Amino acid sequence: MNAEQILFILFGAVSLIGAISVISFRHPIYSALSLVITFFAQAGLFVLLGAHFVAAVQVIVYAGAIMVLFLFVIMLLNLGTLSAKGAIGPKLKGFAVILGILLAIEGIYIAVNSASDTAVAAAESATGTTTTYDIGKLLFNEYLLPFEVTSLILLAALIGVIVLVKRENQEGN
Amino acid sequence: MENFPLVLVLSSIVKILIIVHLLLIGVMIMIWAERRVSGWMQDRLGPNRVGPQGLLQPVADGLKFLFKEDIIPDHVDKPLYVLAPAMLLVPALIVVAVVPFGSSITLFGHEIPLQIADINIGILYILAITSLGVYGVVLGAWASNNKYSLLGGLRSSAQMISYELTLGLGIIGILMLTSSLSLRTIAIEQGSYPWQWNFLIHFPAFLAFTTAMFAETNRLPFDLAEAEQELVAGYHTEYSSMKFAMFFMAEYMNMIVGSAVTVTLFLGGWHFFGLENVGGPVWSGLISFGIFFVKTAIFLFGFIWVRWTLPRFRYDQLMNFGWKFLLPVALTSVVVTGILWITTNSRLVVGIGNAISAFIVVSIVAGLLVMTTPKPAIQESDSQFAPTALDAVE
Repeated sequence: MNAEQILFILFGAVSLIGAISVISFRHPIYSALSLVITFFAQAGLFVLLGAHFVAAVQVIVYAGAIMVLFLFVIMLLNLGTLSAKGAIGPKLKGFAVILGILLAIEGIYIAVNSASDTAVAAAESATGTTTTYDIGKLLFNEYLLPFEVTSLILLAALIGVIVLVKRENQEGN
Repeated sequence: MENFPLVLVLSSIVKILIIVHLLLIGVMIMIWAERRVSGWMQDRLGPNRVGPQGLLQPVADGLKFLFKEDIIPDHVDKPLYVLAPAMLLVPALIVVAVVPFGSSITLFGHEIPLQIADINIGILYILAITSLGVYGVVLGAWASNNKYSLLGGLRSSAQMISYELTLGLGIIGILMLTSSLSLRTIAIEQGSYPWQWNFLIHFPAFLAFTTAMFAETNRLPFDLAEAEQELVAGYHTEYSSMKFAMFFMAEYMNMIVGSAVTVTLFLGGWHFFGLENVGGPVWSGLISFGIFFVKTAIFLFGFIWVRWTLPRFRYDQLMNFGWKFLLPVALTSVVVTGILWITTNSRLVVGIGNAISAFIVVSIVAGLLVMTTPKPAIQESDSQFAPTALDAVE
């Protein structure tokens, strides 16, 4: 077992434990923090794959920005610990089970199909690390349209937020 | 792993040890310097009893912190309360790994770069890790279960998130001209002379970045998270003993690392009038380290200078300043740098264009603010923004 495999197991385990604690902690703050740990471990996995840029962006966007906002909301609403019973109704439970099974099938399908030698060989044949330069080239050549569409969606969300907040303000006055 | 020669492995370990210890000692010296300089600026002496010029005062303080009783109040959320100081200190400590603190030293035929890790996303690493520092503040504030702490923590995190945008945008101009995210490449790309350094080409971005840096480190004039008059001590109100010391150390460590990053990005790194090339393969490396050290120290002095010169912002002023002045300036600098660099490919034009566009943007924003702000009928009505303790007394 080389260093890379040990690190993979380590990060994988941490990310799994984090993910399980997200749903098993009673207190929303601890759940949110577990999610941060999961994101962080996943960033570690990205580094092992040679995708340094993706790892950094994962930490900046998810761990650094989005989860802080989550914590904000939890603190401001001052949510107490959730009780075990009555948190989710029986209908929601059935729905969750179906979704969970679907997700598991999906995961197994991907895991079985992508474990072929070609994918591994393709990953190995790459220089080992994906540089920011490569990602930039891909984004502005092959994936230019999706990239621009995404930016437009983000812009729409941004404007939407401003409009919503503005209206509330005027009503408040 | 197997291909690394022993010299490189050993030198890495030595570099890590030296840098971490320099950082810790730097924190002590900064605490001493802050007190002495503030004394000097206020025409008094400051601590000068322990050791020569009071230099050992931080050691005495540290010992006192270690031996003080570590009080954990009953009403706190214990796991997070204990964890929070470490969550602030650790990011501050590991950011320094990607900062190049000198050119390179050649030992036994191996060139050893004076940097712990030169990764190709150096700047993103810094942004990512510093953004994690928010957790220490927020969790410490929340776990303390104290309203002053919570208010301080919320203020601090809102401030850090707001100013992070400026921090990131301020760097983009440099990235476009250097076309690299590696801090070492950015430092090398800047020439030996001050007029070749990035701060002239990206002057508005430099100002915005430095200001945002002050806000990120929670330093005056942006230290609303611990505004004593309003919030006792903000997010670390409930902390005592070594846990408080860790919050305190993290603040100074962030300052040191922030200065080092600014020096690398904007102030030419280890370059200074060609002095860094003097001497042999070993001496030039050491001299370059010395230059970098002195530049960082001068910048740190600026931190102290500002703290004891400027008064604190009001909270709405802080947000207005961040979103309405700094962010537009940083955004324009990105756009202008991009357009001018592609069309003219000249650093001089980019520099002049940046300065002019920033001036225009600031004038426009200031004009808009003056036009849209309703004039207060009576001068005293200003006080409605900041109900202070004095008002209550009256």
